[in-house]
Amino acid sequence: MEQVIELLSLSPPGWGGNLLRGLVHSLEIALGAFGFGLLIGLGGAYGKLYGGPVLRDLLAVYTTVVRAVPELVLILILYYVGTDLINKASEAMGYGRVEISGVAAGIWVLGIVQGAYATEILRGAIKAIPIGQLEAARAFGMPPLKMLRRVTIPAMMSFAIPGLANLWLIATKDTALLAVVGFNELTLETRQAAASTRAYFTFFLAAGALYLMVTLLSGRIFARIEKWARKGQPSHRRAKA
Amino acid sequence: MTAKTAADSVRPAAEPADEAIRVVDLHKSFGNLEVLKGVSLTASKGDVVTLIGGSGSGKSTCLRCINFLENPTSGRIVIGGEEIAIRADGTPASRKQIERIRSRLGMVFQAFNLWTHRTLLENVTEVPIHVLGVPKDEAHDRAMALLERVGLAGKADTYPSFLSGGQQQRAAIARALAIDPSVMLFDEPTSALDPELVGEVLSVIRDLAAEGRTMLLVTHEMKFAREVSNHVIYLSEGRIEEEGPPEQVFGTPQSDRLKQFLKSVA
Ligand SMILES: Nc1ncnc2c1ncn2[C@@H]1O[C@H](COP(=O)(O)OP(=O)(O)O)[C@@H](O)[C@H]1O
Ligand SMILES: [Mg+2]
Repeated sequence: MEQVIELLSLSPPGWGGNLLRGLVHSLEIALGAFGFGLLIGLGGAYGKLYGGPVLRDLLAVYTTVVRAVPELVLILILYYVGTDLINKASEAMGYGRVEISGVAAGIWVLGIVQGAYATEILRGAIKAIPIGQLEAARAFGMPPLKMLRRVTIPAMMSFAIPGLANLWLIATKDTALLAVVGFNELTLETRQAAASTRAYFTFFLAAGALYLMVTLLSGRIFARIEKWARKGQPSHRRAKA
Repeated sequence: MTAKTAADSVRPAAEPADEAIRVVDLHKSFGNLEVLKGVSLTASKGDVVTLIGGSGSGKSTCLRCINFLENPTSGRIVIGGEEIAIRADGTPASRKQIERIRSRLGMVFQAFNLWTHRTLLENVTEVPIHVLGVPKDEAHDRAMALLERVGLAGKADTYPSFLSGGQQQRAAIARALAIDPSVMLFDEPTSALDPELVGEVLSVIRDLAAEGRTMLLVTHEMKFAREVSNHVIYLSEGRIEEEGPPEQVFGTPQSDRLKQFLKSVA
């Protein structure tokens, strides 16, 4: 037991600090990717609902491909293709190769994956808004962007939150896949700690506990958001069969 | 409200300054289905013009074309002397213009269409604050006065889903009044209500008519229409089959279709 505590202690020779740093990196990427994915999702949902035929087809290809291909494969493709393209462009402009930050690359790669799922979640949520509420906003002369902010987004929130909560948890766990491209998030830090000390069980258990804590905390936060988003709607508990 | 006399049946063209709304030769098709086949109407300030007609005759479509919730196929819409500019494809030519005009037309829907994520008070202040730019305090005070007026001051902080249909519709009327509309558009405001709740909503509308609000009203409440209207239009299959002052339309209908219709709703 004493040995375990020593291994996990925050300062060297313990590896706890590395694990926590990995966790912070994981959360940074998860948050960034989730936010980036939401932006893509909002644009994608609007495009699918109100866009022209070409845009709709392009978006259909995007959401289908991203949701069909295994995430690990996508991450490898997007990471290597993405960094390669950036370097080619940079060399073509005479700047030479650029250093691409792991966080930025991770956010970009996972954000594109998240965006495909977010597009479908938000499209469904917008379609679930009673049409009359949008018509009322239009009938009173509300400009489109204001309507998005004041009516569409708050009204779709309660339909979107459960799906978005799932998506967030997927984001936190997908960060582990970035270990394959050498990004030092929680899983990679754990592997390194485990390999150096041969204490595999201890470190993977610790990492598992950290992921679990993130999930539990996220659950509470989303429960609050959902409660807020559902304000104004009668409780379903009271209508149970 | 102007006195209802026999002279009203000969309606002189409204003085331009007096004109609240003018619809000229409105046509609307959905695909191959021609729903409106040339409808024209005018309302002067203070008029209550009522549209009656069977289900599917085009009443809602006519109302919805006036604020371009539907784009007319052809025709002209003039609100308070200002004609809405239309592109060749029927869409409004200027977003700014249509938004400004819409924000002066208070629409009341059959299904209330209150914003369910906002309290009654927030529903009533939403357009004044966020579309018209009225200062918050002022909008708030005015909204409270309006809720008071429709008998809902005690429910200001309640969300619409927790209220009866009649209460929701009265709140929707307060929302429409909050913009101080030049014309109010009512699309069957009592059709979604339980019979015992119809009266409370009609009495609010009756008060508005009495204080000289200009209104375009679609309703199936014939007794009410006869009581509050200056002018009644009977629509049938997208055309004005017959129109005139209420005594004439309800008392001495001329066309067989109108006679038939009045019998069916009596
Ligand atoms: N968005 C639409 N698309 C196709 N047909 C429509 C649409 N809205 C209304 N209609 C048709 O237009 C006709 C008139 O409808 P409406 O104006 O709602 O009649 P009313 O209000 O008099 O009952 C009906 O036949 C209806 O089916
Ligand atoms: Mg109708």
